[in-house]
Amino acid sequence: MSISLPALSAQLLVGLINGSFYALLSLGLAVIFGMLNIINFAHGAVYMMGAFCAYFLLNIFGIGYWPALIIAPIVVGIFGMVMERTMLKWLTGLDHLYGLLLTFGLALIIQGIFQNYFGSSGLPYAIPSELQGGMNLGFMFLPIYRGWVIVCSLVVCIATWYAIERTRLGAYLRAATENPTLVRAFGINVPRMITLTYGLGVGLAALAGVLSAPINQVRPLMGADLIIVVFAVVVIGGMGSIMGSIITGFSLGIIEGLTKYFYPEASNTVVFVFMVLVLLVKPAGLTGRAT
Amino acid sequence: MTTLTEDTPRSSDNRAIGDEMIGFIVMAVLLAIVPLTGIYPFFVMQGLCFALMACAFNLLVGYGGLLSFGHAMFLGTAGYCSAHALKVWGLPPELGIVVGVIAAAGLGIVTGVVAIRRQGIYFAMITLALSQLLYFIYLQAPFTHGEDGIQGIPQGKMFGFLDLSDPITLYYVIMFGFLFGFLVIYRVINSPFGEVLKSIRENEQRAISLGYKTDHYKFMAYVLSGTLAGLAGSLKVFVAQNASLTDVHWTMSGEIVLMTLVGGLGTVFGPVVGAFVIIAMQQYLAGFGQWVTVIQGAIFVVCVLTFRRGVIGEIAHYFKRSL
Repeated sequence: MSISLPALSAQLLVGLINGSFYALLSLGLAVIFGMLNIINFAHGAVYMMGAFCAYFLLNIFGIGYWPALIIAPIVVGIFGMVMERTMLKWLTGLDHLYGLLLTFGLALIIQGIFQNYFGSSGLPYAIPSELQGGMNLGFMFLPIYRGWVIVCSLVVCIATWYAIERTRLGAYLRAATENPTLVRAFGINVPRMITLTYGLGVGLAALAGVLSAPINQVRPLMGADLIIVVFAVVVIGGMGSIMGSIITGFSLGIIEGLTKYFYPEASNTVVFVFMVLVLLVKPAGLTGRAT
Repeated sequence: MTTLTEDTPRSSDNRAIGDEMIGFIVMAVLLAIVPLTGIYPFFVMQGLCFALMACAFNLLVGYGGLLSFGHAMFLGTAGYCSAHALKVWGLPPELGIVVGVIAAAGLGIVTGVVAIRRQGIYFAMITLALSQLLYFIYLQAPFTHGEDGIQGIPQGKMFGFLDLSDPITLYYVIMFGFLFGFLVIYRVINSPFGEVLKSIRENEQRAISLGYKTDHYKFMAYVLSGTLAGLAGSLKVFVAQNASLTDVHWTMSGEIVLMTLVGGLGTVFGPVVGAFVIIAMQQYLAGFGQWVTVIQGAIFVVCVLTFRRGVIGEIAHYFKRSL
């Protein structure tokens, strides 16, 4: 079998892009799970909201891509914090699974409303003029926007990792994950921290949504199928480590890209198959603790 | 930490069994007289298939504490296999059902080995991912006919003399199928096996320390639940006369969870009531497009925040009965 380098690199690029969305989303899920002990099923829906937010900003307020990259995650993050304060908060002390059910319901509501007004087809979102065009790298053609998405999500992922693992605020966060009662006794406002954490996780998902808007079009169900793949990524990587989620996210994107080149029929399923293999060999996940 | 379900206090087990027996007889009589009342039998048949599905799901979540978010895979797999056996192989209905149920049991064994390796939240994510894996396989496999599904399935004559194209005959066959599945589940939850299952739900570590191989119990509960869900899927083929991708999609798994949650997790009759409530709602709101999804989501939210026992669970709690 002869390997065509440009075609292979093109699929690898697509894989890396998907991988950066997996990384951003699973990172948010892991951060939220650490503090709130819930799996945020609405993560796909808030990812979609991020993309729609950018779309509205452009088409209603005439605000372009660069401000949207900041504004959309903040707006959606605030929306998330409101959800946390009004609903998720009441689930403290109940079985984890109630959080999953509640956020699943929220996802249905959000996606249903958007589907009502925008149908199921995609809305276009133009690539900002600064990032149009591409570069010839010799062995492949790299569209600049795609390169930007990969670099941007890598930077955001590493910044998040740094903030949680290396700063004082992150230390409070990790301490509150281990023992919220004790941290409260030191005079730290843990409930506020939980709300902000949820907002941060949701904001990361919304950022991924804005980044993907010019590539994947803006659709009400854009996050619905993605979130299931991200769940598989989370199962593979385990939610114990931030860096683990980032590396697993990118690696699975690359594996998916390779599959698209070598055996395209399996490209939809490869992540799930990989999950099955990991569960059989290493049930606790590649980086996670046993649960 | 409270678990997903709580047992209603049983003053004595005999009384609880008595309540449930009366409930069962009332339900059986009501179902038997449906054709006389002029209620559209198709609606009730559809409701019964989903009710069996929800009961099978409830066996796993309500008694075993394992929330499967991919139970539609059993419904769809059994449906596809039964439909293929009936239409392409030309098997009689009873064998068509057997093929579907065996396929679901096989799927339960294969996926169970993988899924029970993790608990709680991970179990839900794994089952969801497994069902999505199957969805994509069925989307591409030639025998399912992709987006079109298997259509125009012959209903045939069961045991050679029960003509299933007659709505009344079909209704009673579906009803017996449902009651059979319901009684199997009821027997299981009141057996020593069911008691061990409940103890795992309450405190798995303690069950392990008492010497129970909890993984075996969870695996058996999972396979049994999947098999009975498969029975529901096979029966549904005769009602709908098609097998399509919607039955394997994650939205279907979500609806099954919703039905059980509305009726009452871990109650005997809750899933039946929940299934009929949700099916009726879908019928009445069919013209409102995606608002049905929004309303379903809202029911999820309301149930989880204020109404965690579900309809039957609240009634049972109020009257201090076991239902």
